[in-house]
Amino acid sequence: MIEARNLSFAYPDGTDALRSVSFCIRQGESVGIIGCNGAGKSTLLLHLNGYLTPTCGEMRVADIPITRQTVAMARRAVGLVFQDSDDQLFMATVSEDVAFGPINLGLTDDEIERRVKAALDRVGVAHLCDRPPHKLSGGEKRSVAIATVLAMEPDILVMDEPSSNLDPRARRRLIELLRSFEHTRIIATHDLEMVVEVCSRVIVLNGGTVAADGPTREILNDEMLMLAHGLERPHILRHFHPH
Amino acid sequence: MKFGHYIEVGKMDELGRMDSPMHRLDSRVKTLTTIAFIVTVMSFSRYEVAALTPFFIYPLSLMAIGRIPPGYIVRKLLIASPFALAVGIVNPLLDQRVMGSLGAHGISGGWLSFASIVIRFSLTVSAALTLVACTGIHRLCAGLEKMGLPRVFVVQLCLLYRYLFVIVDEGLRMRRGVEIRTMGRRNLGFSTYVSLIGHLLLRAMDRAQRVYQAMVSRGFAGHFHVIRPTVIRWKDVAFMVGWVLFFAVARVWDIPTAIGNFLVGGVV
Amino acid sequence: MWVASTGLLAWCARKVRQTLDDKLVPMMGVLGAFIFAAQMINFSIPGTGSSGHLGGGMILAILLGPQAAFLVIASVLTVQALLFADGGLLALGCNIFNLGVFPAFIAYPLIYTPIVGHAQGGGRLWVGAMVAGIVGLQMGAFSVVLETTMSGISDLPFKTFVWLMQPIHLAIGVVEGLATAAVVSLVLRVRPEALPDRQTTGHHAVGYRRVVTGMLIAAVAVGCGLSWLASTRPDGLEWSIGKVSGKEELAIPADGIHESLAKIQQKTAFLPDYGFKPMESAVTTTQPSQKEPDQWPVVSAGTPVAGLVGGLLTLLLAGLIGFGLKHRVGASYRRDQTGTDGEHS
Repeated sequence: MIEARNLSFAYPDGTDALRSVSFCIRQGESVGIIGCNGAGKSTLLLHLNGYLTPTCGEMRVADIPITRQTVAMARRAVGLVFQDSDDQLFMATVSEDVAFGPINLGLTDDEIERRVKAALDRVGVAHLCDRPPHKLSGGEKRSVAIATVLAMEPDILVMDEPSSNLDPRARRRLIELLRSFEHTRIIATHDLEMVVEVCSRVIVLNGGTVAADGPTREILNDEMLMLAHGLERPHILRHFHPH
Repeated sequence: MKFGHYIEVGKMDELGRMDSPMHRLDSRVKTLTTIAFIVTVMSFSRYEVAALTPFFIYPLSLMAIGRIPPGYIVRKLLIASPFALAVGIVNPLLDQRVMGSLGAHGISGGWLSFASIVIRFSLTVSAALTLVACTGIHRLCAGLEKMGLPRVFVVQLCLLYRYLFVIVDEGLRMRRGVEIRTMGRRNLGFSTYVSLIGHLLLRAMDRAQRVYQAMVSRGFAGHFHVIRPTVIRWKDVAFMVGWVLFFAVARVWDIPTAIGNFLVGGVV
Repeated sequence: MWVASTGLLAWCARKVRQTLDDKLVPMMGVLGAFIFAAQMINFSIPGTGSSGHLGGGMILAILLGPQAAFLVIASVLTVQALLFADGGLLALGCNIFNLGVFPAFIAYPLIYTPIVGHAQGGGRLWVGAMVAGIVGLQMGAFSVVLETTMSGISDLPFKTFVWLMQPIHLAIGVVEGLATAAVVSLVLRVRPEALPDRQTTGHHAVGYRRVVTGMLIAAVAVGCGLSWLASTRPDGLEWSIGKVSGKEELAIPADGIHESLAKIQQKTAFLPDYGFKPMESAVTTTQPSQKEPDQWPVVSAGTPVAGLVGGLLTLLLAGLIGFGLKHRVGASYRRDQTGTDGEHS
């Protein structure tokens, strides 16, 4: 469904961010991308919807390489939720923000309304539809940001640190939401506990390269591996939790 | 200073999002009527004082129907008044020509023109503030755009407004960080100031880039589209026509003096 | 002024649309918010006990180019006028012109750019910013004086006004220039790629020529403006001057302030130093002096009293109307509320 082939990327000032990254993620999979700060997670995510172009190698969506001509298709298929929700909510009210994507897709007014309502309901924030974004709490903003992406009905959902800055209840609601999605999910995060609950597969990045790629429990349980890449074994796997 | 301003912005924002018969009127109509009001008020000659008083009915009615707390408007008027006072305060000093008398006292032209300035200032500013308070920045901008204001500028206003709170918050936090280390001294030294502003600027520019990423990720290609146009109903038309007629009448006919003459003419 | 500002706004908007890099849209918005926030922070000016803040026009021009900068400045002023009412909506047209045109279209392209060129910081930057800041603000201040005087609102004589405004704005210009240069240096130091390379290449001779041209244009415009003002006075003005100064002589008390103002007028008079206030009467009437009392709107003895009484009554009436409306609307709104409880979200 989405595939990276020997993808490399260097910033204009010369720093290497990614080196020969390769992986293949199939439809419906839920994959966590983990690594220490500076490992290249955010940079990788920006390639997934064609915002950044690799300096070497390629990124393919539905087996079509992302190029200037195909980038629009990539953006329709891949929905990206950013780390700072304020960056993503730039319109006057919640419903206008959620409608922004569908409007740009050129849909009819009725279809736009339907999608906005559906997205807001899906995320559970329909009651916020006329609120301006600066009047939302952190958790509400995060939910609305997800709704803005859902309204475009993407096949693949990509999220950058979705559980950051959330209080426990909001975080729990997010986890439930993510588990309920049927989209392909790619989540870059430090929240290893959440990865265990939400993702079946994990890709470990270190220094811009793929250090490990496999089933969640297998990799996260490997204490040596985790420590070697600036991570640690999550508590949820250390102790038995009866839930 | 900074915090106070921030609160003001928040309050005006809240007022704009309330609901009332005034809020429900079309914003174009309200804007045009207020512009007519301002133009009429400013068209009086510089020594008119009494004839201006009927015009207070407009902002007062708007405030009443729009459920805008009058104290709020008065407070903002007072805060802004130094501007008008500065412009007009010299008049009584320079224009000593006596233009009328009140019993034994002569009233100089300077005082009359000063009073006129103050009244006109109060009228126009309160009308403008009330307009914003019972429309809200966004509906106001949407209305202005339909009346011809360039789309680029309207988008600019909306984005500015949106990120206002965010950046002011960031600035406040940075300022607090400085205050902690300078024992709370109010004003910053020049180099601290430059550093604070410089970093705030860099963070703003970074944010702008991320917002652009978000826009592009949702299909933005340079055009902001609008979905639903608003309709003008008979209520809106009636509002505008009614008030404009009143302004015209009050401009041409000096109502207060007429009333006064009626009452006083018999006595004096 | 409103016409000029709106016209400029429309032109800039079109230019920005055509040449616009999509990327600029959020940048303009966020930078506008930045300027807004930055104007809320003050720094203390050593030695004077007062504080100053960054106006921001120059920085915007450096970061965005003249047209986009003008739009951003206009947007900041608009939002401030709408929300704060400091300076008022009335002055918005003038403010946009004074605070927008001069930094963005004159100070930046004609002064800053030639002086600074491609320099990455250093002396050139500081000099360029300071001169641009000073010139921009001086022109802005002068513009304010012209506009206020021409509108006939204030009785302050032209010369006095100028002498009040220009020195203050000289200081402000210096401060603005310094602050701008300092912030730009910081940005250059920390994130040099953030500053776009807008300057066209050209050697010094061309640069200085542009500066001089710019200043000449400005000087000519101002000079023309002044002489136009002086010459549009018809002969009626001579007569009014006589009347006015005659009256003033009669009415001058041995008041310190008044005397010194009069003295200033005399000293600075190479332009006839009459106040521009008689302008209205001069333009609207040519009656000989005997009929003067009738020309003024409110002069006959009885009217002030009537006006006062009538005015007070009207105010009372207006207040009552407002009060009554408030209660009526309040009541009906409460009725609505209870009636539509189910639908209320």
